Amino acid sequence: MKRKLVILGNGMVGHRFAEKIAEYGGTEKFEVTILGEEPRRAYDRVHLSEYFTNRSADSLYLSPSDWYRTNGIRLLLSEPAISVDTVSRKVVTSAGTELPFDELVIATGSSAFVPNFEGVDKQGVFVYRTIEDLEKIMTYAKQVSKVAVLGGGLLGLEAAKAVLDMGKESHVVEFASRLMPRQLDEAASSVLKSKIESLGVRIHLNKETKKALGDSNFQGLEFVDGSVLEVEMLIISAGIRPRDELAKNSGIEVGQRGGIIVDDELRTNVYGVYAIGEVSLHKGMIYGLVAPGYEMAEILAYNLCSPGQKTKSYAGSDLSTKLKLIGVDVASFGDALGQTEHLPIAYTNPRTGVYKKLVISPDGKKLKGGILVGDADAYSNLLTLYLNNVELPAEPESLIVGTPSEEGSAFGSLPDDAKICSCNNVSKGDLLGAIRSGSCSDLKGLKECTKAGTGCGGCIPQMNSILKEELRAQGKVVTEHVCEHFKYSRQELFQIAKVKGIRSFEELIRSHGMGNGCEVCKPAVASIIASIYNEPIQKHREIQDTNDKYLANIQRGGTYSVVPRIPGGEITPDKLIVIGQIAKKYDLYCKITGGQRIDLLGARMEQLPDIWKDLVEEGFESGHAYGKAMRTVKSCVGSTWCRYGVQDSTAFAIRIEERYRGIRAPHKLKSAVSGCIRECAEARGKDFGIIATEKGWNLYVGGNGGVNPKHAILLAADLDEETCIKYIDRFLMFYIRTADKLTRTSAWLEQMEGGIEYLKDVIINDRLGINKDLEEEMNHLVGTYVCEWKDVVEDPEKQKKYKHFINSEDSDPTVRFIEERGQKRPVDWPKKELVSN
Amino acid sequence: MNTTAKEPVWIPVSTISEFPDDGGVCAKVYGEQIAIFHFSSRNEWFACENKCPHTEDMVLSRGMVGDSQGEPKVACPMHKKSFSLRTGACISGEEYSVKTYPVHIEDGTVYIGIEDPGTQG
Repeated sequence: MKRKLVILGNGMVGHRFAEKIAEYGGTEKFEVTILGEEPRRAYDRVHLSEYFTNRSADSLYLSPSDWYRTNGIRLLLSEPAISVDTVSRKVVTSAGTELPFDELVIATGSSAFVPNFEGVDKQGVFVYRTIEDLEKIMTYAKQVSKVAVLGGGLLGLEAAKAVLDMGKESHVVEFASRLMPRQLDEAASSVLKSKIESLGVRIHLNKETKKALGDSNFQGLEFVDGSVLEVEMLIISAGIRPRDELAKNSGIEVGQRGGIIVDDELRTNVYGVYAIGEVSLHKGMIYGLVAPGYEMAEILAYNLCSPGQKTKSYAGSDLSTKLKLIGVDVASFGDALGQTEHLPIAYTNPRTGVYKKLVISPDGKKLKGGILVGDADAYSNLLTLYLNNVELPAEPESLIVGTPSEEGSAFGSLPDDAKICSCNNVSKGDLLGAIRSGSCSDLKGLKECTKAGTGCGGCIPQMNSILKEELRAQGKVVTEHVCEHFKYSRQELFQIAKVKGIRSFEELIRSHGMGNGCEVCKPAVASIIASIYNEPIQKHREIQDTNDKYLANIQRGGTYSVVPRIPGGEITPDKLIVIGQIAKKYDLYCKITGGQRIDLLGARMEQLPDIWKDLVEEGFESGHAYGKAMRTVKSCVGSTWCRYGVQDSTAFAIRIEERYRGIRAPHKLKSAVSGCIRECAEARGKDFGIIATEKGWNLYVGGNGGVNPKHAILLAADLDEETCIKYIDRFLMFYIRTADKLTRTSAWLEQMEGGIEYLKDVIINDRLGINKDLEEEMNHLVGTYVCEWKDVVEDPEKQKKYKHFINSEDSDPTVRFIEERGQKRPVDWPKKELVSN
Repeated sequence: MNTTAKEPVWIPVSTISEFPDDGGVCAKVYGEQIAIFHFSSRNEWFACENKCPHTEDMVLSRGMVGDSQGEPKVACPMHKKSFSLRTGACISGEEYSVKTYPVHIEDGTVYIGIEDPGTQG
């Protein structure tokens, strides 16, 4: 007979506990039932605010839909427990189901704390806790323009940003005198405050709410100091309260201020009943973070699944946090607020919005805590010093104002038993052992053989520095190798290929590499050769990345999308009609892209040459949507149409797009030209962006959208067109020559020693004396442009490569489409969980 | 060439010259889609099913060949998961694998060895 294990709560912690039970083989021993109050299975509440933008619960779910079933765990949703009988040992659910248990785990988490002020029950007041809460907020927000968030903690600030993103006026109301009062001191809060205010969020500190204004609908807040904030909606994010009501009503002991009391093995006062996560009270602490809950889940699952073994105990958690809050790095660890005897060392730079503080022991030897705002790069190193109680260097301030090498030396003094990867419990000694055994000489290998860095990834910078330090100590040269086939960086390979005149992959790997190459080095070399010689890339077809190989973007189902170039987004009605006709002829799905072009999707491989032929005949050429190449130059209508425009941005955008079309780079390149400061073309979100001024053009570089959005930085102001193009030539070629593979301009610029000032010195003042070369190289690329589609359209031999079968004229019979909103789309992929089995 | 207990049936597919160097093509063999690779820099031939086991799209023949610690492999064009061309095992650490087939070259013709199609359901 299996024992009956019932889990109350299907939040992040309840789910993690179930996962760990399954991992430790507990489903062999237990019949597991998990109860959830919400109508959906466990999701990532930490990233809840992403729901505002993507509106997709799917991306937040912590497991595939049939995870519970395949693991033999019974999941009941929309069915919370309403009572626990600790004598007859059963749980009764809201649906009246009686569930007997041998072991009961309470993981009911917490609810939003709602302060008790007059009018808090008015319409238009919401809490911020579940997906359902967010849906209600989004619906109500449609009718309002001004929203306040009550609570200036982590979650409150996230909510305020979400409000801003919904296009509403956003206010934060905080009772304390500073933001994130549990993590930050006054100075840190003030730096963070001005950063957040510069984004447009208004912050009100020291505000104790007296009552809500309005009749039945919420109309604003009145504070104890007599002031009033007129807003039409309130989101409460003022802290949490443990969901301990079940325990209270069933004789399970709770603390005076709430929370189920647990011991170091997470046991309550009732035999066989446990509590984990935000509902539990351990040594007087309720942890409002997910990491401690995960730690508890793991320990309890281990203990329940390993009877007879030494039990693990929970020793409390470190409350360190690092996050990107509204685009601002914020980190806090240890005794950040300096509540014990200490010496503070702080550095503030109001100009850059950076604040760093170290809390050190009075003798200056040990790090007790710290705060980083605006630049948290030092966090992982500092946290390691703190967690491992390492003796500090003689000048501890070097840790926050020094150069990286100084940080490195403090770091080298770590003892071998210092824990580096806390997710996988890997120490510095484990890492050194793996490096010294010779089995791993790069980061990838080190991750594979030690598992370090494969959890949250926060320790990767330290792994890197330990690796480099050790390799240096062994007298080995440390370089960024492209992959196992080339012991050179991309920049080095570029120079080798250029200086030696190498024009093919075979030649390069034979002379400077080893083995047969792979999907990493082949496209990198293809890009290098294309950037130097600009031959038709079809000449080196088999080393091109998949999209380059077929001159189109591979999409779901193995079909392709086709994007003709539409320079500057300008298109005649006739050409617009032609695109529609071609799309109709080949039954393609049409979509306007974010870069002012038209995407034609759903083309079968064998259709590509015909589609291109029709497009080329009508005067279109390839838009290189498939290449790590110049993509699109977006533009507004500029001075020709716009009542604000000061320069002809469309004409300039077309000129730029036509100049740089087809050039290959370490990564894709995007650009835009705006006709005035209103920036309708969003030029600062691009690799290089141009904004018109009264006197000419401002050139910005190093911006992008994508995973880590970055605003481009001003390189030069008030340029005439010719100078602007000259600078872009130099900038692009310098990037193409020196960036690592698959590195966007933003990351390249970030890694550049000396940053934008150095770049300006190179581009504008010719510090390296290479500008003439750079310009000549660019002129060569511009002068040798050919349309890659046309190249295929004119060559029947090349068209043969687009047959699906070598020995049959048939199409791929497995490609299937369904109709949606009047157009076709590919059928969905099989469910991930099925695929991974 | 692989030797199995039962000698496979050899199906001619095409001539060597139709295959790109260090690249793949897809062939239709008794209704099955088989990816065939001429790994010319190793002077070897390999074949596996054309279906990516992860997305179930018929794309592996369009993948890039290469090696990892000497093991010949193909990287799927969808998400770059790599499969050993010798064993079909996924060497990006995933659970799934692809079926491989023996290849035989005779008089400039490429043959794929499959189990007797008569015995297949």
